[in-house]
Amino acid sequence: MNAVIKLENVQKVYHTGEVDVHAVRGVSLQIEPGEFVAVMGASGSGKSTLMNLIGCLDRSTEGSYLLDGTDVSKLNRDELADIRNQKIGFVFQGFNLLSRTSALENVELPLLYSHPPIHGREQRERALGALDIVGLTDRAYHHPNQLSGGQQQRVAIARALVNRPALLLADEPTGNLDSQTSIEIMGVFQKLNQDGITLVMVTHELDIAQYTRRTVVMRDGRIVTDALVGKRLKAETELQRLREAQQAVQLAP
Amino acid sequence: MRRILATLKIALRALRRNKMRTVLTMLGMIIGVGAVIAMVGIGNGAKSQIEAQIASFGENLILVWTGSMTRGGVHTGWGSAGTLSVEDAEAIQREVPGVVVISPEVRTSGQVAAGNENWFTQIVGEGSDYFTMRQWPVVQGGGFSEQDVRAANKVAVVGKTIVDQLFPGEDPIGQILRVKSAPFVVVGVLRPKGLSVQGQDQDDIVLVPYTSAMKRLLGVTMLRSINVQASSPRMLNPAQAQIISLLRQRHHITPGKDDDFTVRTQQEIADAATEQSKTMSWLLAGIACVSLVVGGIGIMNIMLVSVTERTREIGIRMAVGARGGDILLQFLTEAVTLSMIGGIIGILAGLGTSKVIEILKHWPVMTPALWIVIAFLVSAAVGVFFGFYPARKASKLDPIDALRYE
Repeated sequence: MNAVIKLENVQKVYHTGEVDVHAVRGVSLQIEPGEFVAVMGASGSGKSTLMNLIGCLDRSTEGSYLLDGTDVSKLNRDELADIRNQKIGFVFQGFNLLSRTSALENVELPLLYSHPPIHGREQRERALGALDIVGLTDRAYHHPNQLSGGQQQRVAIARALVNRPALLLADEPTGNLDSQTSIEIMGVFQKLNQDGITLVMVTHELDIAQYTRRTVVMRDGRIVTDALVGKRLKAETELQRLREAQQAVQLAP
Repeated sequence: MRRILATLKIALRALRRNKMRTVLTMLGMIIGVGAVIAMVGIGNGAKSQIEAQIASFGENLILVWTGSMTRGGVHTGWGSAGTLSVEDAEAIQREVPGVVVISPEVRTSGQVAAGNENWFTQIVGEGSDYFTMRQWPVVQGGGFSEQDVRAANKVAVVGKTIVDQLFPGEDPIGQILRVKSAPFVVVGVLRPKGLSVQGQDQDDIVLVPYTSAMKRLLGVTMLRSINVQASSPRMLNPAQAQIISLLRQRHHITPGKDDDFTVRTQQEIADAATEQSKTMSWLLAGIACVSLVVGGIGIMNIMLVSVTERTREIGIRMAVGARGGDILLQFLTEAVTLSMIGGIIGILAGLGTSKVIEILKHWPVMTPALWIVIAFLVSAAVGVFFGFYPARKASKLDPIDALRYE
């Protein structure tokens, strides 16, 4: 089986003004199917740039990138768009849902741009299926402003899943959420990962990274640490513990 | 097809989101297209009315006026010089092939009276064939005869207005009409024609034999003009040429000198009359084009604003796999939808305006279907032309920058 991600000596240089900025300086990374990887690092470490490269939103200046067996480092804009559509599901910090558009239609969005086109009824069925995975079937016709942050992020996860991608890419997915909701979202990720979905998540929160299986730490555009998570947290257990703590101070019934 | 429908749905939703802005943007198109449709309708109506009026003069007519339009570069006006003689008219009838009938004409205006009533009107002297030639039948009584003309009898055929003014409620036939003090017997009443395009009352007229008019009313020996009828449309131009050469010969005009008369076919008169309305139409079409361009710029402006406002949405769409072309198509569809809905409303508004003018001003309005199709296509084209730049700008956005846009 092919590695989902295979980066070899990938570099990214931004030519801004007179100085060249080396955002990523020679990263080699291999992620196998079924992994759950956290990419960590302070701001300016190059983790966002790496994320954009992995997500096919940007192209590397040097090096090669095999995504699910396809060399994407030489593709043009439209081909990259198709790769994003077929192989990658994005989850963003700010949810990035279309406002005044129902949850269902938000989830259908990637199917709208599929080649070859997908029939309307199938679009609907697949979107409802994806909403079912994140447990939001009953909110299908709600608009984002009628949903809580956690629910919005679940809609975004459903949208990321709808095209059955090889890779789910999450950029600070808990950055805008409170701690309990964050754990809930991590629970969704852990469940998806158990079902065989490969996840890569960028985060700067160490406790959130504890829910993954492997942590990659970046500094100055290079990978400095790449290790398996030792004491892996389970979202279910953590949630249970949180609930008990809340009951103790009578925050929750 | 499915994709186009989906894109159209997105476009309509985006337009609904800012209803006021959408309506204001469309207004430019609505006014532009509405103006074109109304102007074309009015212009066409005027043109057809003028043509109908000139056609109602009769068939295959050639008009010969005394005097030249330009003599030595100076406009002298038709009919001022008095160079046409009765003999000229007879020579045209006799010598020019293809000429069926002629009617020599003189014209004056003056007071007419009957009983205690009096009226100021046009007094026109014509030949006896005038009524058939001009397709202007006498509906009551009869016309004057060849005999009346030859004898310069004091008989008159009058228009409906004269009857209404001088013989209200009476049978005018056989009554005495004093034309400039000379007593004439009314022998017939002309079929009413109504107002001309220029708003003149065509029924305000007294027709008498041209001989009577020359001898008894005007005291002149020269004609003002000669109406000539050719046998067929094909004969019009040869006959016109023949008349010119015949009259030049009779008037001893040496080569190189200007004619002292003017010969026009009915078609030339119609063309001259419609030329003016044509110029007007072009002018109005030009103004309409300017307003379409202004409307288009309005659309471009709003689309640019829309692209900026929705940068993040564009980023999201690109992240989930929309190609540049998809984004281009989406914004182009929005611009074209905007301009086409504006165009359709404009067409309806233009037709409505035409109808109102038709009803209020009694002005015939004719809007050719072709122009409606053209207006529709032009409004679509405006959308494509002015929507392209903003749409292209949207499609060229970098997904990373677009996603980060606040």
